[in-house]
Amino acid sequence: MIADKIASANRKALQRILNGRPVLIKVGKAGDEIPGMTKKTILHSGPPVSWERMSGPQKGAVIGGLIYERLASNEEEARALAASGEITFDSCHHHGTVGPMAGVVTYSMPVWVVENKTYGNFAYCTFNEGLGKVLRMGAFSNEVINRLDWMENTLAPLIKEALEIKGEIDLKTMIAQVLQMGDEGHNRNRAGTSLLIRELAPAIVRTKFSENEKVEVLNFLNGNDHTFLNLSMPACKCTMDPAGGIKYSTIVYVMSRNGTDFGIKVSGLGDRWFTAPAEIVKGLYFPGFTKEDANPDIGDSCITETMGIGGFAMACAVPIVQFVGGAVQDAINYSKQMYEITEGENYVYKIPVLDFRGTATGIDIQKVIETGIRPIINTGIAHKNPGVGQVGAGLVSPPMKCFEDALEAFVKNLEAEGEL
Amino acid sequence: MNKVNELFNKELKIINMGIESFYTDLKEQKVKVIHVDWRPVAGGNKKLSSLLSKLK
Repeated sequence: MIADKIASANRKALQRILNGRPVLIKVGKAGDEIPGMTKKTILHSGPPVSWERMSGPQKGAVIGGLIYERLASNEEEARALAASGEITFDSCHHHGTVGPMAGVVTYSMPVWVVENKTYGNFAYCTFNEGLGKVLRMGAFSNEVINRLDWMENTLAPLIKEALEIKGEIDLKTMIAQVLQMGDEGHNRNRAGTSLLIRELAPAIVRTKFSENEKVEVLNFLNGNDHTFLNLSMPACKCTMDPAGGIKYSTIVYVMSRNGTDFGIKVSGLGDRWFTAPAEIVKGLYFPGFTKEDANPDIGDSCITETMGIGGFAMACAVPIVQFVGGAVQDAINYSKQMYEITEGENYVYKIPVLDFRGTATGIDIQKVIETGIRPIINTGIAHKNPGVGQVGAGLVSPPMKCFEDALEAFVKNLEAEGEL
Repeated sequence: MNKVNELFNKELKIINMGIESFYTDLKEQKVKVIHVDWRPVAGGNKKLSSLLSKLK
């Protein structure tokens, strides 16, 4: 019976997700660590997209990335180079990498390296730049490039040394803790950032860097609540990758968006993307901005929801409703609703307000189609024009078409193989 | 007396499935009612329902 084969494959996919043990092992350089990187490779968030079809913030981040790499000296040169065909654009996900918002990763950028100790696979993510005018939101002014230079030349080497002194950090345990402390690991990372600093600070003090540099680094980490996002994301990425490629499984192991398209990947359908136009996020806007300013949904950060935290754990982060809109009960309802479309529950990542029930884990395309319930994603909103930055935060879901097309392809595959 | 009329002489305990406005109308009239959040499979889309049934 095909139903039995699917059920068994989905249990296996869930087990692989639950078995995952993401551990922060080191800080490195993208060009040295990420497989397939070259000096003219630019990775971006979401499914593959050409320069011509890229959204405003993603184009802005590419321009900034080319200036940062000294491959272009200004916007005009960067645009010409990006359009010339000399640059290889590729999805972060094709390189075990994830990037928030525009998700642009270039050769010289420092990266966190996270290993899934259970399966021996790795995931990579750049350092979070903070809020305001930042590359991930498509900004590329001197201020942005100077900060990236400082991150490469001071922040990363200092943290690298501190981590060597401190030793590896178990992110599974840390994520389990932050869910008990008011974070959901996507849009609220205040507890995670605090715990990370608590782990790193004694080692930072022991590095050979100057007092000024140590103070500067600690202030930078402390001044940005989303420092931990760039660790929760690769933790989720390396947890999810082993759940891919399981024959007969209807579990989603990648969800991602580039500001133009939303894309998902389904375990039993291998590396194939199922895409549809990204939607506009429903949420609250910062003063002076409206829905008209918003870019469609963007970033790899919904790998957190794919793994079962973020919006799926929104009931852990009740204060976030003041940031994304809605009431406390809405946060609880979102988390509860996700059990309708998932294979099981996590036994490490738990929701206190639901009597420590494990977060809903293992999105099943069959259940999404059957119930009409789409995964809930808790996310930031970028301005549609390059260089402006974040304009709000809110909630969004993948387009249903991604799941419909995936289901159709899944059935077609089985028919072609004589299974149906 | 007709059985249906008998029913309406008692306190009604109503479960509403489907269109939510029936539930809200009754609630406004202070009738005890609960609403079941029910939707047809795949929102009633025949093509998708058929694809799903092939996997059952």
